[in-house]
Amino acid sequence: MKRPALRLVLALALPVLLVTVWWFASAGSTDVYRPPLRTILTTFPDVWTGERLRADVLPSLLRLLAGYAAAAVLGVALGTVIGSYRRVRAVCEPVLEFLRAVPPPVLVPVIMLFAGIGDTMKVAVIASGCVWPVLLNTVEGVRAVDPVLSETARGYGITGAARLRHVVLRSASPQIFTGLRQALSIGIILMVISEMFAASNGLGFTIVQFQRQFAIPGMWTGILLLGLLGFLLSVVFQLVERRVLGWYHGLRASSRRSP
Amino acid sequence: MLDVRGLRKVYEGAGRRVEAVRDLTFTVGAGELVCLVGPSGCGKTTLLKCVAGLLAPTAGEILLGGRPVTGPPPGMAVVFQEYGRSLFPWMRVGENVELPLKQQRMPKARRRELVADALRSVGLTDAAGAYPWQLSGGMQQRVAIARALAYEPDVLLMDEPFAAVDAQTRADLEDLVRGLWRARGITVLFVTHDIDEAVYLGERVLVLSASPTVVREQLSIDLPSERDQLHTRVAPRFAELRTQVYAQVQAAKRGAAVPAADVRTPTPPAT
Repeated sequence: MKRPALRLVLALALPVLLVTVWWFASAGSTDVYRPPLRTILTTFPDVWTGERLRADVLPSLLRLLAGYAAAAVLGVALGTVIGSYRRVRAVCEPVLEFLRAVPPPVLVPVIMLFAGIGDTMKVAVIASGCVWPVLLNTVEGVRAVDPVLSETARGYGITGAARLRHVVLRSASPQIFTGLRQALSIGIILMVISEMFAASNGLGFTIVQFQRQFAIPGMWTGILLLGLLGFLLSVVFQLVERRVLGWYHGLRASSRRSP
Repeated sequence: MLDVRGLRKVYEGAGRRVEAVRDLTFTVGAGELVCLVGPSGCGKTTLLKCVAGLLAPTAGEILLGGRPVTGPPPGMAVVFQEYGRSLFPWMRVGENVELPLKQQRMPKARRRELVADALRSVGLTDAAGAYPWQLSGGMQQRVAIARALAYEPDVLLMDEPFAAVDAQTRADLEDLVRGLWRARGITVLFVTHDIDEAVYLGERVLVLSASPTVVREQLSIDLPSERDQLHTRVAPRFAELRTQVYAQVQAAKRGAAVPAADVRTPTPPAT
């Protein structure tokens, strides 16, 4: 029973230390751009009222969710097709290498040209950046399906949709989740960037707005909120992953015990 | 039940061709337990995959109940050597056994019945809720056997199923297979490289030559059908049969030295 407590202490030690250092280092600061942490924290509840959470944070989150979901569906679907057929892979691979080498923020001005400056543009930007890690990891996962497993399924007449659902996607799920995890952090970055370019609400927009109005403590609170949001999303992601990939972690643990 | 006629399989690879199976002809009668034994690397697995419809033969044909095998036929189940890679690690034991039945759109009640019955037959009733990787190797292979049983196959193919388990587990599993064969009247084609195992289990033993494979000899195993590890293996008749098979396998290995040269020739030998 001591071990969870110990883990909690270990996990919290560094954040507490960093905050403490920040607190004392900034305590007497008179620099407008680097206000004391105390000021930032007292500003926080004034800035992020329920009204503002609804008007700015919620739209951001919805855009992130829409873009991320679109990227996940598209990435897994295309990745499965590309991973399953050698010919398709040969045709697509050079293009994929090129497309994933393009830094996604560069696409913002381009996507603005045909998607306007509304929500569609932001969702498209997020999706276009998130799709690559999902797609490429899915391709690898689908390619790596064990041939013995594959033949067993075929021998028992498990083909077509059932094979896809019970064999291919499940077998590729550890890699797919690796892609989804990478995509999540890319998604948060693109969410903020797309809102900094052209928006009338959202987290990125609000932070830039504060900076332009010299509401520096407010700007800092926005950055803190973004950090917290990213942390929360990754906790949620881990919970989902632990549920879906429970078998995989168990399998790995058991093969480590008996090599 | 199972007719293999003039089976030939040549693998065509980058710049080289390997003739794995040259000319195999044999039959397995309904309800028979036939063991195939041969030196390592003699194309046993290739043969089994062709029979299972997982590989297309280069020439010859395979008939199951009079009908030619072109893909994995219904009514045939395969148990592979690599139990760790043939069970779905993301499914519990019960689900692993049930999946092929679900695919046949069998009603749920019937599926449950078959799964429970199959797991009981292999002595794993309590393991239905476990994941395969939580079980020992021998138990995992039992799950694979249970899955094959629940499928209610006419023909059960086993590809060196006990090569990767320890000796004691192996003896248990041999008795299990023989017991199930007698109780259920399934036709079993059992591939192994273990001569003792082939003689102990089989009603008939086919000795294969080294690759490119042909049938070298067929031996009828006239041991009593009631067999057990303790007595059967020390019976004088067991020793005689074992010696005969052993001599044949040794001869097959020696014979391999000569034709090995034409394995990679660019032109196929005329057959």
